Amino acid sequence: MDSPSSDLLEASADADVPFRPISRATGGDRVYRTMATVAASASLVIVTVTAVFLIDKARPALGKAGVRDFFTTSVWNPTVGRFGVLGLVEGTLIIAAISMTIAVPLGVGMALFINEYGPLRLRRPLTTLIDLLAALPSLLFGMWGFFALQSHLKPVASFLSTRLSAVPFLRAPSGSGLTQSSFIAGVVVSMMILPIITSVSRDVMAQVPREQCEGALALGGTRWGMVRDVILPFARSGIVGGALLGFGRALGETIAVALIITPRIDVNTHVLTTGGGSIAAFIAVHFGEASTLERSGLVAAGLALFILTLITNFLARAVVNRTRIQS
Amino acid sequence: MTTSETSRDVPLVQDQRLLGRRDVMPTVAAALGAAGVAILCWAVIGWHSALGVAVTTFVSFVVILTLAEFMARDADEVDLVEAERGEGEVADERPPEPDSELEPEQLPPVVLAAVPDAADVGDEPEQDRPVKRKKVRGSDLVEGLVAAFVAAAFAELLRIVFRMDSLVGVVIWWYIAFLFVYFLLVRDRADSESALDHVVTVVVWSFAALVSAVLVWMVLFVLFRGLPKLAATFFTQDLSKVGPLSPGGGAKHAIIGTLEQVGIATIIVVPIAILTAIYLNEINGRLAGPVRFVVDSMSGLPSIVAGLLVYTVLVTSHGFSGLAGSLALVILMLPTVTRTSEEILRTIPGGLREGGLALGAPEWRLARRVVLPTALAGLVTAVILGVARAIGETAPNDVSNIGADTTNTSPVHGPQDDLPLFVWKLIRSPEDTQVKRGFTGALVLVMLIFVLFVIARLVANRGQRKLGRVR
Amino acid sequence: MTLTDSVEMPVGPVAPAATGSKPATLETINLSAWFGKRKVLERCSLTMEVRHVTALIGPSGCGKSTYLRILNRMHEVIPGAQISGRVEIDGVDIYGAELNATQVRKRIGMVFQKPNPFPAMTIGENVLAGLKLSRSSVSDKVALTEECLTRAGLWTEVKDRLHEGGMTLSGGQQQRLCIARALAVRPQVLLMDEPCSALDPISTRVVEETIGELAHEITIVIVTHNMQQAARVSDRCAFFLVEEFGEPGRIIEFSETKKMFEEPDDPRTLDYVLGRFG
Repeated sequence: MDSPSSDLLEASADADVPFRPISRATGGDRVYRTMATVAASASLVIVTVTAVFLIDKARPALGKAGVRDFFTTSVWNPTVGRFGVLGLVEGTLIIAAISMTIAVPLGVGMALFINEYGPLRLRRPLTTLIDLLAALPSLLFGMWGFFALQSHLKPVASFLSTRLSAVPFLRAPSGSGLTQSSFIAGVVVSMMILPIITSVSRDVMAQVPREQCEGALALGGTRWGMVRDVILPFARSGIVGGALLGFGRALGETIAVALIITPRIDVNTHVLTTGGGSIAAFIAVHFGEASTLERSGLVAAGLALFILTLITNFLARAVVNRTRIQS
Repeated sequence: MTTSETSRDVPLVQDQRLLGRRDVMPTVAAALGAAGVAILCWAVIGWHSALGVAVTTFVSFVVILTLAEFMARDADEVDLVEAERGEGEVADERPPEPDSELEPEQLPPVVLAAVPDAADVGDEPEQDRPVKRKKVRGSDLVEGLVAAFVAAAFAELLRIVFRMDSLVGVVIWWYIAFLFVYFLLVRDRADSESALDHVVTVVVWSFAALVSAVLVWMVLFVLFRGLPKLAATFFTQDLSKVGPLSPGGGAKHAIIGTLEQVGIATIIVVPIAILTAIYLNEINGRLAGPVRFVVDSMSGLPSIVAGLLVYTVLVTSHGFSGLAGSLALVILMLPTVTRTSEEILRTIPGGLREGGLALGAPEWRLARRVVLPTALAGLVTAVILGVARAIGETAPNDVSNIGADTTNTSPVHGPQDDLPLFVWKLIRSPEDTQVKRGFTGALVLVMLIFVLFVIARLVANRGQRKLGRVR
Repeated sequence: MTLTDSVEMPVGPVAPAATGSKPATLETINLSAWFGKRKVLERCSLTMEVRHVTALIGPSGCGKSTYLRILNRMHEVIPGAQISGRVEIDGVDIYGAELNATQVRKRIGMVFQKPNPFPAMTIGENVLAGLKLSRSSVSDKVALTEECLTRAGLWTEVKDRLHEGGMTLSGGQQQRLCIARALAVRPQVLLMDEPCSALDPISTRVVEETIGELAHEITIVIVTHNMQQAARVSDRCAFFLVEEFGEPGRIIEFSETKKMFEEPDDPRTLDYVLGRFG
């Protein structure tokens, strides 16, 4: 005969196993969840479709030109079927690099001004200004760059190319013009990527714990000392992430660049001289009148750009997320 | 008494050193400034009379020296006087101490002047007011001006040496010289940390000014270039009957095209983006990770690639159309609107949802009645900003929708022009009238974006206020 | 006596560090403070003398911390913060034209309520952080580190792990590290804003012992909520109080600690000290 106490003991022995309460969605909730899931998958569908179709459309040109040649040479001859985008890739990187050298200091400086140095009353207007800069179309930047800015930058380019000709990429071989160059395109693009760099830098700098900033001041540090020794080290990886995001945007800038440079297929390392390369601008300019084979080549070039920006953005997000986790 | 002795021999010594340096500084500054005047007279004005230049230099030396001394001392006095004025208003409330060592005659004149007549002595002590302290001190101003002047002289010198003929170059040199001289001057008065701080302050302020100037420049630029041709006809005519050289014509077809294409794109994007944001934030299902990754990666997609995609999918089989342009815009808008919406949903405090769930509400009703209304302002702002950016996108349409000169009200049949495309084609034309038309189109585009931007701000502000009360 | 002293008085420029290490008297004269339009302190006059520990006590919200922060010009870091009145260190107005904020803060140091060592620096680097911030150099960094950590009562515990990060220490150790860090700049006055409120009782005791030893060489002003701590640690006490809701804080009474706790002049002080309100 089992004693009641032993029954209880047995029951309590396996009573300590956790179970996960499941609630089944019913009725309205099921519809709601399905709708949301479908919508979310739309993004996944789009990306898959993108990849599939782009590769498919690019295949003719890649086949004709050879995949290896496509990425390692600089040539564009649609009638013969020879395509090579190396020069375009290099040109795109050059313009993006120039824009970074201007936009990163300017962006971090703006972030410092808004967060630390500027009067509180100016904070709102300046953030609005940056947002407005981000909303303005690429067209406007290109037009401004070509019609208004260029003539003012020409003397700067002239000075640099004559006085600093010791630096190889600043030289201007005789006979080359100083307008419509990678340099001017870089300056214009820098204004376009400024907002994202500023806003990411601002976010990261605002996360520095206030007590550390105060600690630095209380030790007799100046405001710059506090920024240099407390805020910037803390925010460094976030700022790098923001810079990478800006770089990614600079790679893909199409219209502004197309309005400024005269696109060349081979790379022009003299950044102050006429002619530069940009995959996106090249596509934009040549697409309208292109034959089917050439269009296929342009799609392949677009694919190259897509991969490039994907890698950059992926790196950028990883760096930015790492700072967020750290804090 | 030991305490008073030890407290007496602690510095003011430090300040003596400062005071010493301060005596030298104005002299040095005046000398440099006078040299600058000499160079200016000789080089700019072209005045070559040696005697004349010498006299002018000497006079300017004396003038600058007097000014510098005056301003530096003025600044100190102002600070001290203001502080004492605050004290003066208090002094009459202090009850007269019979043991006080301070005889009334020893009070500084400012305080005596502030002592009211007997009738006012019984006033309430609420009279003390905060002292307004100047942020920028006299010494900063003097140093700034001197540095500016010296830098100007230096820039002028360089202009002659390098034979620069543009203002831009001279200004850049002036700026660099200014920072350098300012640093040296402040370091002379204080230490290099303080000097660095001052220079960084100047740099950061000038960055802000530069970026603001650029924005203003761009807006004014498009305003001045585009305004001449802006007339009512711009909105009522299209380019079908107008040749490249003839006046008249307008952007009616382009405006219609923009409205239709962006409209369609918005109608498609909004539900998908918001539902996706809900999926990511509220439901957080199994696909959340990959979806978030995909949305993040796509947000950097170059606009031209989006256009290429629609080209490969739609255009090769169905030809160019406004709808293709719309779809390209969908691809561009979707990631950004989704991400911003998700961030907005994240800011809604979890307590609201928990409260709703505790009351027994099903999830969908929670979303519809609690989450979405609270997030409404933010979501609307996100959508409006997404639309503002989409309106200006040229590249996708360049590729997926060639555009036309005639009005095409159907987005589905045949190419349809839109504003960015309109501008893009016209401003690259060699004909001046075309270019002018393009500018006017750009002006309309920018005004449209401005209006949307202002609406978004207003909505966001109202939403903030509402949230403030809820929290 | 006075004649010989005046002969020994330093003439001409003297390195700030040497003069800075002598403790100084801090005095406020009719100090009032505002946050924007809201007045938070009214006409506080107090003298904090050398080689004394002055405690600022009173219920929370009376402006004690605000008062402390005015003493080293940290109050003005907050936008909208304003003051009137004078604050003098050895007779020199710290808000005057002769001293700027960074100079003041090097002479009047502060230890915060929540220990805030810099996480990106090691223990050794944290101690010297003040010097690094002002880019000043010291002939013997090792000796200075050891001296400050010893004065803060932390040397024996960390002497073998100076290379470890500042955050690997316990709360009490972190606070003593912050004290050492403040001392490295050779201030004349040390302000402490409820330094033990975030610490456990044992760490509190160690920090209080440190305060006791430091008092001989440096003027200390400590804000504390804990009356027993005030009784243990200080020899002068100032009692702050907000008399009615919405009023600014005022100093009700200032006297020797013994007197404050046994026979205060003001009945409200007695009530507070006996714990009748808090």
